[in-house]
Amino acid sequence: MSEEIKKPVNIRKIKELLDMNDGARVRTWLSICSRCGLCAESCFFYLANNKDPKLSPAYKVKATLLELYRRKGEVDYDFLNRTREIVWGQCTMCKRCSQFCPFGIDVATMISLVRTICESQGVVPEGLARTTENIRVSGNQMAMATEDFVETCSWMAEETSEEIAGLDIPMDVHGAKYMYTVNPREPMYYPQDIAMAAKIFTVAEESWTMPSTGWDCTNLAMFSGNRAVAAIPVKAMYDKAIELGVEKIVITECGHAFRSAAFEGPYFVGRRDGKPPVPVIHSVQVFYEYLRDGRIKIDPSKMLEEPVTYQDPCNVSRNGGLWEEGRKIIPYLAKDFRDMNPNRDHNHCCGGGGGFIPMGPEYKARRMASGRIKAEQIKATGAKIIITPCHNCFDQINDLVKEYKLGVKVVSFKDLITEMMIIPEKFQPVENEEEMEDAAGEGTEG
Amino acid sequence: MYEFLTGPALWAAFIVFFGGLAVRIAYLYGLSMERDRVFYNHMDSKWALKSIGHWIIPLGSASMRQQPIFSIVVFIFHICLLVVPVFLFAHNMLWSESWGVSPWSMPDAVADVMTMLVLASGVFLILRRIARPEVRILTSAWDYTLLILTLLPFITGFLAYHQWGSYETLLILHILSAEVLLVVIPFSKLAHVVLFFFSRAFIGFEMGTRRGARAW
Repeated sequence: MSEEIKKPVNIRKIKELLDMNDGARVRTWLSICSRCGLCAESCFFYLANNKDPKLSPAYKVKATLLELYRRKGEVDYDFLNRTREIVWGQCTMCKRCSQFCPFGIDVATMISLVRTICESQGVVPEGLARTTENIRVSGNQMAMATEDFVETCSWMAEETSEEIAGLDIPMDVHGAKYMYTVNPREPMYYPQDIAMAAKIFTVAEESWTMPSTGWDCTNLAMFSGNRAVAAIPVKAMYDKAIELGVEKIVITECGHAFRSAAFEGPYFVGRRDGKPPVPVIHSVQVFYEYLRDGRIKIDPSKMLEEPVTYQDPCNVSRNGGLWEEGRKIIPYLAKDFRDMNPNRDHNHCCGGGGGFIPMGPEYKARRMASGRIKAEQIKATGAKIIITPCHNCFDQINDLVKEYKLGVKVVSFKDLITEMMIIPEKFQPVENEEEMEDAAGEGTEG
Repeated sequence: MYEFLTGPALWAAFIVFFGGLAVRIAYLYGLSMERDRVFYNHMDSKWALKSIGHWIIPLGSASMRQQPIFSIVVFIFHICLLVVPVFLFAHNMLWSESWGVSPWSMPDAVADVMTMLVLASGVFLILRRIARPEVRILTSAWDYTLLILTLLPFITGFLAYHQWGSYETLLILHILSAEVLLVVIPFSKLAHVVLFFFSRAFIGFEMGTRRGARAW
């Protein structure tokens, strides 16, 4: 970064980006905002930080995008560095404010544009710059090699077939119904996540496959603002799904991956109709359907007795439309469900979204401070277990649990379903081998 | 002066008002065809109407319910602002004199109360801008100017009706300020008179059609 600063700001590039995006929506939003301030109270950054007026969404736009247009892009690094702190350090692009604006101004879209402008000048939080570079060179955010991924899958298949007979992690199966895509942290650090998905698919007798390429459904370039790189993993995923002729792409329990694959990705790869070429569905939807249709049965004696709450990931609920499906799964798993307030599509972001978690330690203090709203919401439910189908929410809430001493355990749906589901006779492992049961690699995430 | 203001100047003001809004919308439409495909890709009248409807009825949105007093004041402000000029007996007399037809007129006493409501809510809006830090920080001199510009025709009309002060002067000021307001609307944030419907429709599709989420 320090080397970058010595380069002059490429004003031409900024002007070009400003001009390219100076469409009817941005123009309308910037010109009709009536400065009523209603958006302030919708924003958890504002609420958690002493109602600092500089944290209201309208101010963040005024200080960044409006200022960029006012100055016709003629800004210096000083301005860009200050802007970076606003667009990454004070906004997770959760889109809650557009629900609270009388004109429905889409602040997240404008913040996203400012991120693109900053990123074009190399002004971007280091953690995101690194992952963006990983995607550029390898196609996935952790620069995992294809062989390693494939190997991890077969290792998990082997290991897990000791628990569930006939379990397999099929690779590149043409004509499968579902192509299951994951977050690289699963093969890298939590391979048991892949094993859990395999157990569920096996017991549900699903026709599914893992793809050997295009398996990373996450998209941190979407949050670093580099739209060209953001197109890379999306294109790889779509291409693979078309090549395999699958019916649907399934997204792991990750929020922003769903936003990228189903909603923003089509625009990154230049699809004029704004729709993915193959329908994209989230794990929450798939799991809900299995339970509803009885393809997965839960052992009632294993149901949770402790109070349970649900964290609506912004990109699964508000920006993904699946808040009811998430809630319909819970009665299968828990006896005492206590909702947070506000909830569903009106939920507050946990504070880890929009790329905040991978932005790293530099931003952690701010992440913890603004997560206070979520911590208080969780505390108010009195829950002992919190379910969330999103890796970022998962990490953020784990951090919040430590910071605010919440005494809550964070779990995913996969964790609970695999722990409680009834394994039908035909999938029971045949116990003719003398080997001791190897319990390694067991247990829950985190 | 009076003849000029109610003759050519009034024509000019109406032409700029309607023409300005029409040109602005036409321009935005042109831009959007090229740069806002996302607007057309997910269009759906059901979600657009819901998105608009919930923000037109009082306390129809969670956001309005968070600040109920402000929201109700804003509602009263807008209703009275729109109704009084259109249904005022004195205005309608002028319409029938020149065109032979006019809208229905409301009783003067009602118009009087509604005018006072516009003024009172206008004062409330100014005070709120000063009092609330999150609003103050966004506010520029232009925001106050526009608010006062909006109130001026009502202040002058109210004074003229009650003949408090020189009727001729007040009448001239009344017409003049109303014409200035009409001219300013298409070129300022007051263009939300029409753009409100477009931006609300968009967020309706964006949240609703695509994700089934409420934009209210």
